[in-house]
Amino acid sequence: MSTVRVLVGTRKGAFVLTADGRRERWDVSGPHFGGWEIYHLKGSPADPNRLYASQSSGWFGQIVQRSSDGGKTWETVDNKFVYDGVPGTHQWYDGTPHPWEFKRVWHFEPSLNDPDTVYAGVEDAAMFRTTDGGQTWHELPGLRGHGSGRFWAPGAGGLGLHTILLDPKNAQRMFIAISAAGAFRTDDGGATWAPINKGLKSEGIPNPTAEVGHCVHRIAMHRSRPDVLFMQKHWDVMRTDDAGDSWREVSGNLPTDFGFVIDVHSHEPETIYVVPIKSDSEHYPPDGKLRVYRSRVGGNEWEPLTNGLPQHDCYINVLRDAMAVDTLDSCGVYFGTTGGQVYASADAGEHWSAIVQNLPPVLSVEVQTLQ
Amino acid sequence: MIRVVLPAHLRTLARVNGEVTVDVDGPVTPRAILDALEETYPVLRGTIRDHVTLKRRPFLRFFACEEDLSHDPPDTVLPKAVATGDEPFLVIGAMAGG
Repeated sequence: MSTVRVLVGTRKGAFVLTADGRRERWDVSGPHFGGWEIYHLKGSPADPNRLYASQSSGWFGQIVQRSSDGGKTWETVDNKFVYDGVPGTHQWYDGTPHPWEFKRVWHFEPSLNDPDTVYAGVEDAAMFRTTDGGQTWHELPGLRGHGSGRFWAPGAGGLGLHTILLDPKNAQRMFIAISAAGAFRTDDGGATWAPINKGLKSEGIPNPTAEVGHCVHRIAMHRSRPDVLFMQKHWDVMRTDDAGDSWREVSGNLPTDFGFVIDVHSHEPETIYVVPIKSDSEHYPPDGKLRVYRSRVGGNEWEPLTNGLPQHDCYINVLRDAMAVDTLDSCGVYFGTTGGQVYASADAGEHWSAIVQNLPPVLSVEVQTLQ
Repeated sequence: MIRVVLPAHLRTLARVNGEVTVDVDGPVTPRAILDALEETYPVLRGTIRDHVTLKRRPFLRFFACEEDLSHDPPDTVLPKAVATGDEPFLVIGAMAGG
């Protein structure tokens, strides 16, 4: 029988949850790296027991941990992220130029076919790559070197590169997203990048349809259709069918189109999930009801999924990297909350239960389906 | 032999218990101690001072002999009691948390 492994990053450590394919009884391992912020941990598709974890602290900076046995044991690898050349400046909150400064790794994206190759999205926004299992990290400078880099400005949470999507059909193509610069695409393996924000409209920036400056919260893709992307922007749920060349809004009947997470059903490319959050000044669900919304037609028409989720007095948040799906026949959907719960549905969202509660605030959730 | 006291999280990271000791050739300065410490425990590189600038991380402090040495230049010669091992060089994490 298959096994499911859920990798949970929290404000105070990492947790590894495992269950068999029935997904009814969960074993909780952790905290790993107790007391440290674990922004993200993720396994290699090429070698699922190879995991990478971003461990950081306001006191001690960045550490990178690597496991070769599915999270049972860990070893530190290189934590030196140095911008290529003279870093230059980006725009600060007050509009003044501000030197690029490395703060932390927000997201690791292991290569689809090489466990030693991993992409790292960092704050201040840049993309790094290792090809030796984390022993050394090198920036892909073409992203920051895009002419707009000096105009990028941080969102309230920092200038973080938080989303990295690798095109499974084209090894040269990748998509990334930065808060608050927007989405970018490379078609040459990361050497050069172009903004892909046409169609986005953000009232909170001076030019609502600017080429860059949009606060993209998360982008999701189904591996069978890499030209179709779904985006949870600060406000607005968006969709592109042409690899980001143009976007259109698919918020439809959502109770609010602010939120952070978005993901795609593992077997139904038109079935997508979001967790609406009331507003950008009230980071909790509307009406105190935690509801996942699902569209089975690629957006615009949404249905609330509430069975097993708290429907009163719930004021948690679900952060951008904290939703994932498994690939079992009945697609499992998982998300973590700032209240320390990880909720799971083994039937594509029809029924939910908390598979662990009272963890520190959850920053990220990733799922591995193991045979 | 120089005695160094590390914060708990860095002891865990370095997989040590209690004080650690390092040897320094030449003048005993914060830079020389940290160089020796990072040579012995490479995992500590970047955690006490920046990889590139080698500046102390903002939320850490260096104490010795009941003095805050954090703002002294890194090549300042430390008190003799540190060099002889009678007093430790302390790396302190800023207290925080309510």
